[in-house]
Amino acid sequence: MRPLTIVKSLAVSLPEANIDTDIIYPARFLTDTRKVGLGEYAFLDRHESNPDFPIRTGMEQKILIANENFGSGSSREQAPWALADLGLRVLIAPSFGDIFHGNCFRNGLLPICLPVPTVHELHRSAVLGREFEINLVDRHIRIDGTRLAIRFDVPPDGRESLLNGWNETTRILENHTDDIITFEHKQRSEQPWLWH
Amino acid sequence: MSKTLYEKLWESHVVCTTGSGSCLLYIDRHYLHEVSTPQSFESLRTDKLSVRRPETNIAVADHSVPTRRDGRPIADPQAAAQIALLEQNCLDFSIPYIPLDSDEQGIVHVIGPEQGLSLPGMTIVCGDSHTSTHGAFGALAFGIGASECGTVMATQCLLQKQARSMRVHFTGRLQDGITAKDLALALIAKIGTAGAVGHAIEFTGEPIRNLSMEGRMTLCNMAIEAGSRTGLVAPDETTLEYIKGRKGAPKGEDWDKACAYWATLQSDSKASYDKEVELCVTSILPQVTYGTRPDQSLPDNGWIPASLTDDARNALTYMGIEPETEFDQIGIDYAFIGSCTNGRIEDLRAAAAQIKGRHVAHGVTALVVPGSGLVKKQAEAEGLDRLFLDAGFEWRAPGCSLCVAMNDDRLPAGSRCASTSNRNFEGRQGVGSRTHLMSPLMAAEAAINGRIVRTMGTGS
Repeated sequence: MRPLTIVKSLAVSLPEANIDTDIIYPARFLTDTRKVGLGEYAFLDRHESNPDFPIRTGMEQKILIANENFGSGSSREQAPWALADLGLRVLIAPSFGDIFHGNCFRNGLLPICLPVPTVHELHRSAVLGREFEINLVDRHIRIDGTRLAIRFDVPPDGRESLLNGWNETTRILENHTDDIITFEHKQRSEQPWLWH
Repeated sequence: MSKTLYEKLWESHVVCTTGSGSCLLYIDRHYLHEVSTPQSFESLRTDKLSVRRPETNIAVADHSVPTRRDGRPIADPQAAAQIALLEQNCLDFSIPYIPLDSDEQGIVHVIGPEQGLSLPGMTIVCGDSHTSTHGAFGALAFGIGASECGTVMATQCLLQKQARSMRVHFTGRLQDGITAKDLALALIAKIGTAGAVGHAIEFTGEPIRNLSMEGRMTLCNMAIEAGSRTGLVAPDETTLEYIKGRKGAPKGEDWDKACAYWATLQSDSKASYDKEVELCVTSILPQVTYGTRPDQSLPDNGWIPASLTDDARNALTYMGIEPETEFDQIGIDYAFIGSCTNGRIEDLRAAAAQIKGRHVAHGVTALVVPGSGLVKKQAEAEGLDRLFLDAGFEWRAPGCSLCVAMNDDRLPAGSRCASTSNRNFEGRQGVGSRTHLMSPLMAAEAAINGRIVRTMGTGS
C-alpha cells in the first residue's frame, strides 16, 4: 500500500449527507473483478444527472470534504478503490459508515471525522479554492491563507498502517503466528465442535 | 464482572491485543461470494499465501447469478466470468464451493444458517454488509471488505476495535400481521440510518423471544441499515431447535457440550450497555418507506408529511412523490419478494397465504425469488409455487436478484417497486428505479392491488 504522510492539495466539496456506497460505486459495475482502474465508475449515476459533478476522472483535488454518514450501506470495497483510483487520498466528514471507514485505511485513503461546524468551515474553504495541508504525522489540518490548524484524531492502528504503507495480512503473520497457534490449541480443546 | 453477550463473544475470540487499542480477533467462519473475493484471492497470490483453514470457509455465487437459469449458460459474459473465477479460486485454494446447479445454492446469508454452519458463539464474517443476519444465532457476525476477506483466509484473524454496546429492548405484543420486517423498519425510523454506527446491537425482550429464527434473521439482517455492523439475539430453545440435526450442526457428545456452552451466551442481568433504546411494539403498523433511505418510513396516518427536511424533499423528488399526498394512491409497476432479508420459507408462506385465490394487478410484474434451492424445493413441496404462479407471479431460481440488481433483473428508470429487500437507495434496483421497502405480506398485497396498501391499520 502507498504510504500517506502529508497531503497538500485543493479540496472538493460534496455537502450532501448519507452518500452510500451504492452512489459512490453503482452495483451494476460490481461484476468487474479489477481493483485498479475503477475510478471511471465512481459516482457515475451522478454524472448522468449532473454533467458538472466534480468527482470524476482527471480531477486534481486529493481531498474530499463530505458530510454525515459518508460511505454507509454496502461493504463493497470497490467504493474506496474507485475513490483512490481518482487520486483522492483524504476524506473528511462528520461521520462515516463503519465498514467503509475501515476499508479506507487498507487502501491508502485517510478518513477523518470532525465535528459538524468544523466540517462546515472546511466546505467553505474548499469552495473558496484554498489549499489544504493534511499532516498525518502531527495530525493537523492547515489551510492556506488562514491561521486555522485543526487537530484531528484517527485510530492508532490505521494511522500507523497508512504512515508505513503496511500490508495488514503479512504483518499479522509476521508478528502473531505464535499467538494464533496458541489460541487455536485452546479453542480446539474447549470447543471441539468447531474443529470437525 | 457483568458482561453483555457482545462482550462475551468478543473476549472469547481475542487472540491478542496490539497495543494500540485494537485486538486480533479469531474468526471461526468465512462465507464467500463472487463479488467481494476475486481481489482477495489475487492478494493471496501476490503475497504467496495459502488459506489457513480452508474447511472454515464456504463459497457460493449469489449476487450476479441470473434467476432464470434452466441449465442455460449465463448470458452476461462478465457475470459468467466472475462466477467461473470464484469456482476456480476455490479449487486453487481448496475452499468448499456450492455449485450453481446444486439444490444447496442460494443467497449466502440464507444457506449458511440452513446448512447449520452459523452457530451460537461463533465469529462469522463475509464480504457483505448483511452478514449481521447470522447474529440471530448469538454469533458475532459482521460484514467486511475484500481486503479483510484475504486477511481472514490467510490468518484466520482480523484486526478489530471493539464496538460500543447497544441494547434495543422491545416490549409489548406484536399485532397479527406485523412481522420482523416491520419491527426492523420501525426501529430504523426511530433511530435513523446512522443511529447505531460504532455500536453492536443486541435485541432483547419478549417480542424477540417470540420470533422464529427466520424473523430474528430478518431483524439482525437490517441492523446494518441502522448503522450497526452487528445485530445479536441471545440463543434459546428456538435457536437450538432450528440448528439441531442440520448438516453442519454438532452431533452426539459434541451437541451436548455445545449446548452447555451456548447456554452461557446471555448478557448478565447487571450488564450495562453504552446505549439503550426501548420500543413498544404493540402499536406498530405495517411499515413502508417513501424515500431513498431505510429510515424514511411512512407515518402511521398514511400521509406524506407536509414539512420536510431538504433531505426528505430531495428523496421525494427522486421517488416522484408529492408532499402532503395520501400514500395509497401511488401505483406500483413491480413487486419483489425475496433477498437475504425476506427470502426464507416463512416469508414465502406468509406471502402465499396473502395472495391465495387472487391475481396480480394488470400491468404489475411480480417476482418471487426464493433465498435458496432448499427454500425453493420446500416451497414447491408445499405447493406454494403453484399458488404464486396461478396468481400471476413469476417463480424464479435463487439469488440476490432485485435486491442489488447486479444480474439481469433490473428495473427501468422511473418504475416503482414494492420490495421485501433491505435498501431503497437511489438506483438500487436499476438506474432511476424507485424502491419501497416493506414486508412480504405488504409486497404481496401491493402486487395484487397494483398500489401500496397497508394490510391493517390506517390506509387499508
